[in-house]
Amino acid sequence: MKRKVLFFISAGLLLLSFYMVLVFVPTEKDMGIVQRIFYYHVPLAWVAFLAFFVVFFASIGYLVKRKPRWDHVACASAEIGLVFISLMLLTGMIWAKSAWGVWWIWEPRLTTSLVLWFVYVAYFIVRAYVVEEERKARFGAVVGIIGFLNVPLVFLSVTLWRTQHPPLTIFTDGLAGSMMATLLVCLFAFNFFYIYLLAEVTLMKADERAVRQLKEKSIRRNS
Amino acid sequence: MENAGYMLSAFIVIWAALLGYVFILSRRQAKIHRDIELLQETFGQQD
Repeated sequence: MKRKVLFFISAGLLLLSFYMVLVFVPTEKDMGIVQRIFYYHVPLAWVAFLAFFVVFFASIGYLVKRKPRWDHVACASAEIGLVFISLMLLTGMIWAKSAWGVWWIWEPRLTTSLVLWFVYVAYFIVRAYVVEEERKARFGAVVGIIGFLNVPLVFLSVTLWRTQHPPLTIFTDGLAGSMMATLLVCLFAFNFFYIYLLAEVTLMKADERAVRQLKEKSIRRNS
Repeated sequence: MENAGYMLSAFIVIWAALLGYVFILSRRQAKIHRDIELLQETFGQQD
């Protein structure tokens, strides 16, 4: 019931964000209509970083408490984070093609983001190769903790090195009222959507584990 | 309307991926329910 309410609120907020990005917000005069990608690109990056922080936190929780619940949260958040960072990279590439004339350049922000993407792909490869549940969770937790170390590097890459990617100066340089309102609505909508997905996927991970254990029990009984 | 194609492509990618992900989740949920029912039946027959 609670998840259904979360779903409908998320859907409503996402629709509102869609309306604001397409209709409400004025077109930016320098970059033109393509700048509207920004209102989704930034929230996608934010939610991916948030999701990876949750993986980091839940992984520590698992290693300390050894309760499967922590592993379910970490694994669910890693899955959602991977979806969001993939979309962040794709929208970034489309924007890059329009702004710089190329789909990809090997500059610090893009490269560290791609490394982050590979780290969380590795998270699932490691888990897939381990059969025993406890080891699967333990190995995943180690990758989840070490992998998170790359997140501050991605965030700071625009200030640490000279990059082509613009720094996030919207909160210091200021953004026109309607543009800021649109960005905040998009951020709120995507955060809410992440909370809904986390609740849904965490429960699914617990169910999937229960099914795997029941299947093993069934095989043992029959053999 | 310069570069509208890029904006449209980005929006299609985002919404198709998010809707697709929610659809995949609902399919996975349905499969788990089917598996649980099947396992319950199996254990019910064995007991």
